[in-house]
Amino acid sequence: MEQAVGAKVRLKSRKRSLIARKEAIAAYLFILPVILGLFLWTIGPMIASLFISFSNWQVFDTLKWVGISNYEKIFTRDLFFYKSILVTLYYAFGCVVTTSVASVILGSLMNMDMKRISFIRTVLYMPTIVPAVASSFLWLWLFNPDFGLLNSILSFFGIPKLQWVFAESTAIPSLILMHLWTAGSGALIVLAGLKDVPKHLYEAVEIDGGGWWSKFWYVSIPFITPVIFFNLVMGFIGSLQAFTTAYIMTQGGPNNATLFFVYYLYREAFVNNHFGYASALAWILFWIIAMLTALIFKSSKGWVFYGGK
Amino acid sequence: MAVSSQQQKYWGRTAAAMKIAFLFLICALSLFPFYWMIRSSLMNQMELFSFPPKLYPERLRWDNFTGVFEAVPFPLYFKNTMMIIFPVLLGTIVTCSLAGYAFGRLNFPLKNFWFVLVMSTLMLPPAVTVIPKYIVWSKLGLINTFYPLTVPAWFGGGAFNIFLVRQFFMTISKEIEESATIDGAGYFRIFFSIMLPLIIPVLVVVTLFTFIHEWNDFFQPLLYLNNDSKFTLALGLITLRGEFNSQWNVMMAGAAIMTLPAIVIFFIGQKYFVEGISFTGMKG
Repeated sequence: MEQAVGAKVRLKSRKRSLIARKEAIAAYLFILPVILGLFLWTIGPMIASLFISFSNWQVFDTLKWVGISNYEKIFTRDLFFYKSILVTLYYAFGCVVTTSVASVILGSLMNMDMKRISFIRTVLYMPTIVPAVASSFLWLWLFNPDFGLLNSILSFFGIPKLQWVFAESTAIPSLILMHLWTAGSGALIVLAGLKDVPKHLYEAVEIDGGGWWSKFWYVSIPFITPVIFFNLVMGFIGSLQAFTTAYIMTQGGPNNATLFFVYYLYREAFVNNHFGYASALAWILFWIIAMLTALIFKSSKGWVFYGGK
Repeated sequence: MAVSSQQQKYWGRTAAAMKIAFLFLICALSLFPFYWMIRSSLMNQMELFSFPPKLYPERLRWDNFTGVFEAVPFPLYFKNTMMIIFPVLLGTIVTCSLAGYAFGRLNFPLKNFWFVLVMSTLMLPPAVTVIPKYIVWSKLGLINTFYPLTVPAWFGGGAFNIFLVRQFFMTISKEIEESATIDGAGYFRIFFSIMLPLIIPVLVVVTLFTFIHEWNDFFQPLLYLNNDSKFTLALGLITLRGEFNSQWNVMMAGAAIMTLPAIVIFFIGQKYFVEGISFTGMKG
C-alpha cells in the first residue's frame, strides 16, 4: 500500500518535472530572440569596443595594438576631454536638480481629483514628445539674440539682452532651461507615486494640527522618495548622454562650452575616424555613469524610504 | 467651532483654486513655445523681425510650408521614415511580447539572471557599443541601407517594452492558462490564442512609444544613413538649418511638420501614454 502511494508520488513528481522541462524549453524559445540580441548588440560589441580601445584603429583595416596609450593620452594630454567632462557634468547636474524640483512641485500640486487635471497632465507631457530636431530649431529661434522671444520678454522688463546659447557663460544654463521644458513627464511619475500614499496618514497629520507643509514634508516626500530616486538615476543617465542639442544647436560651441561628452566622442569616432581613441572615451563614459549610479544607489539607503511597499 | 471649520473649508477652497491657477500658468508657459512655433511658421520675414514682436500674423503665410517642401524631398523622406518605423514596430511587438510572456508567466532555470541582464541594458550607455556595431554594419556593406536601423528590433524589442509587457502579464489571473494546459494545449498555442488577445492594451502602449521614439530618432539615422536619398525626416530637415539660416519662418514650418505627427499620435493614445509613463515610476 505504502509502496504504491510512493510510486504514485514518484510518478507524479516525474510527470511534474517533465512539464517543468517542457515549460523551460518553451520559455527559452520565447526569450531566444532577446538572448541573441543581448549577445549580438550588447555583450559582443562591449567586448569588441574594449579591445578596440587598446588599439589605434583609425581607418578601416589598419589596427595596431597600442596598450593603454589611448587612455594615457586622454587623461594626461587631452584638454577636450576635461572640458567635455566638466561641461557634461555641469549640464547633467543642472538638468537633474531643476527637473527633480520642478517635477516634485508640479506633481504635488496636481495631486487632486483626477478628472480636473487630465487636461493639465496632457499639456505638461506634450513637450516631451517633440522631436529633438524640432525642439532644437524652436529653441534656437527662442534664444535668438536679436529677434528671439526670450530677449523680447527680457527687454520688455528692461533687463539687458542675453546671448543665450551663443555665449560661453550662458550656453549651458540655456540648455538646462530648454530641458526644464520637458519636466512634465517627471511630474507625472511623481503624481503616480503620490497616488499610493495612504490617506489616513494625511488625516493623522491633520489631527495633530499639522498644515500643508507638514503633510508635504513628513508624509508625501518620504513616500515618493523611491520615485525621486528613479527620476534621479534615469535623469543622470539620460543627460550625461546629451547629444542632439549640441549637434544641431551649438556644434559644441561657443568655444567648446557645450562640448558634451557623447558629442565629442561622436566627433572623434565618426568625423575623425579615431575608432580606438573614441572607444576608450566610450569606456570612460561607461565607468563615469556606473560610478555615479552606484553613488546614487549607495546614498539611497540613507534617504529612500520603501515603507510603502 | 463651527466658524473655524467654515473658515477651514474656505481656506481649503481658496488653496485649491490657487493651485489650479498656478498649474494653468505653468500649462500656458509650456504651451507657449508651441504657439510661438506655429505663429512664426505663418509669418513673413518682416513680421518675424518686427519689434515689439507681433503676437499673430496679419495674414497666414502658408508659403513657408511650400518652402520646406521645395527645399526637402518630403515624400521621399516620409517614405524612408515609414520604411524604418514599420519593420521596427513589428519586430519590437513580436519579440517583446514573446519575452514578456516568458518572464511574466513561465518558470525556467536562470530566469532572474536573464531578466536582470536584459533590464541592465537600460542603463548601458549606447556609446559603448556603437563603434563596433558601426564597423560590423559597414563591413557587411549595409551602411546607407535601413537594415542597421530595423534588424536590431527583431532581436531584443527593447528592455523597457519587455518590462511593460511582463508587468502586464503578471496582472492576468494564473487560472486562464491552467485550464488550457489541462486541455493539452502547447505553450505557443496558449500564447497566440489566449494570451495575445489579452495583452492588446499594453501592446498599444508599446506601439505608441516605439512609433514616437523612431519618428524622433536622430542619432541612429545620422550614423547609418549618409546618402540623402536614404534620409529620414528628422535627418533631412537638418539641411534647412544650412539653407534657410535666418529664415526662421521656414525653419519653424519644418519644425511644425516634424512635430505634428508626433502630437497626433500622442493625442490618439493620450490615455495610454500618460498611464504608461505613470506605470514606469510606480514599479521603478
